[in-house]
Amino acid sequence: MRKSDFTILVADDDPDYLFQTISSLERAGYKTVAVESQAEAESVISKLKPSLAIFDLMMENDDSGFILCYKIKRKYPDVPVILATAVAHETGISFSLDSEAEKTWIMADKYLEKGIRPEQLDQEIMKLLKI
Amino acid sequence: MAVLKVLVVDDEPGIRSGVTRILSHFHVNYPFMDEDYTYEVLEAATGEEGIEIIDRDKPDIVLLDNKLPGIQGTDVLEYIRNKKYDIVVAMITSYASLDVALKAHKFGATDFVPKPFTPQELKSSIENITKQQYLKRITHKMNQEGKKVRYQFLSVLSHELKAPLNAIEGYLRMMQERQSGDRIEDYATPIERSLQRIQGMRNLIMDLLDFTKIRLERKEEKIEEVHLSNIASNAIVTVRPYAIQMEVTIDLAIKSDAVMMADPTDMEIIFNNLVSNSVKYNKRGGKAEIIIDENESEVIIVFLDTGIGINEADKEELFSEFVRIKNEKTRNISGSGLGLSIVKKVVELYNGSISVNSAPDIGTTFTVRLPKKTN
Repeated sequence: MRKSDFTILVADDDPDYLFQTISSLERAGYKTVAVESQAEAESVISKLKPSLAIFDLMMENDDSGFILCYKIKRKYPDVPVILATAVAHETGISFSLDSEAEKTWIMADKYLEKGIRPEQLDQEIMKLLKI
Repeated sequence: MAVLKVLVVDDEPGIRSGVTRILSHFHVNYPFMDEDYTYEVLEAATGEEGIEIIDRDKPDIVLLDNKLPGIQGTDVLEYIRNKKYDIVVAMITSYASLDVALKAHKFGATDFVPKPFTPQELKSSIENITKQQYLKRITHKMNQEGKKVRYQFLSVLSHELKAPLNAIEGYLRMMQERQSGDRIEDYATPIERSLQRIQGMRNLIMDLLDFTKIRLERKEEKIEEVHLSNIASNAIVTVRPYAIQMEVTIDLAIKSDAVMMADPTDMEIIFNNLVSNSVKYNKRGGKAEIIIDENESEVIIVFLDTGIGINEADKEELFSEFVRIKNEKTRNISGSGLGLSIVKKVVELYNGSISVNSAPDIGTTFTVRLPKKTN
């Protein structure tokens, strides 16, 4: 399969981050769907099965990303999900998917810090999509 | 799908097998999360056996009979508490003696299931406990004692400072890599957006500076006669460019030219924040009004707007540090989550009070009362 056969759903309430992510994904060759809120993401998920989803953690709710992970995994267990956030280690609260305990309740396949380079993001996506 | 381990400690085999049977096909669906919980039941006939299983299998929920052959249910409860295990305990008991109930409660039992129980009674107890457990898990990391404020502080800083840095960096990279070609005109949006993000950061930094300022003691030597009408006029001038952009008109009604003995900077903080909020959270074409009045003992300043309003639930949090009301309507409004907490601190410095009245989509009124004589 080619990259253009994959549709990536990106949900982020930061319009600039959304714009940049979408444009880097499109340059890499993917099809994209961009939404700016948890509510919009839910409505997209109900109508469309993306090949992969990238969710911002904090949107209209502090746990929007977590909830979206649950919802999408419930509907499409096989769709890989990346949880992205700017809230990092400095909060003293770093979520990772390393511990078993966290894996059981964070339903994401990959957890990424915002601000990663487009090439890195593409690498991670290719890994998850097994391209 | 999440599985919760339920340990039932009871010397009656009938109760144990009953619980196992009832819970084996039971699942709880928490609508908020769309996540099904199912149950794996472990059984123990004595308290000693129960403790062994607790240490080994770390169950999520323990259903505990109090009257056991060896050690009692409350002893098991005490054990769980001393070990600081994250386990929800419900007592199953045939007679709730006050003594046992008190002791159980003291050691952290959260629920009582009467014995004998119907399947429905057991299920509804388990459902409640599951919801509690779920909420605990989700807030566990965020609510660790003392961490909450720090968490909010840092997450706001992360969001409001790091997010713009990421955005600006991203746009600069787009330009560096000439992603839209060689003509500078084709980068108008990235440039404009970068400038806007920088402005947002600047506002946050200013708020942070205000915030550190009021953390210090009020400086007596700076107290002077302040005409609040002047402060109000200046605040309006400051926010005017933004108001024009938002098509919001601002009126100033001076019912009494109140004079306060105050540090002018403090009064500026109050007016600048509340006037700019009345524009920022307004609707296009809306109105804002400032009314300055006084009675014998206090100066009353009212800030009215016809903006998006605040719902009842959000009001409680409004004056807390680093709290931003997040919803569809505020999504595109940037802020540090500090403004109102700063205002409240300053108002309190003068032994005054601030209150809010608001109706979603109709508008908000902030009323500041400052006693004329401060101690």
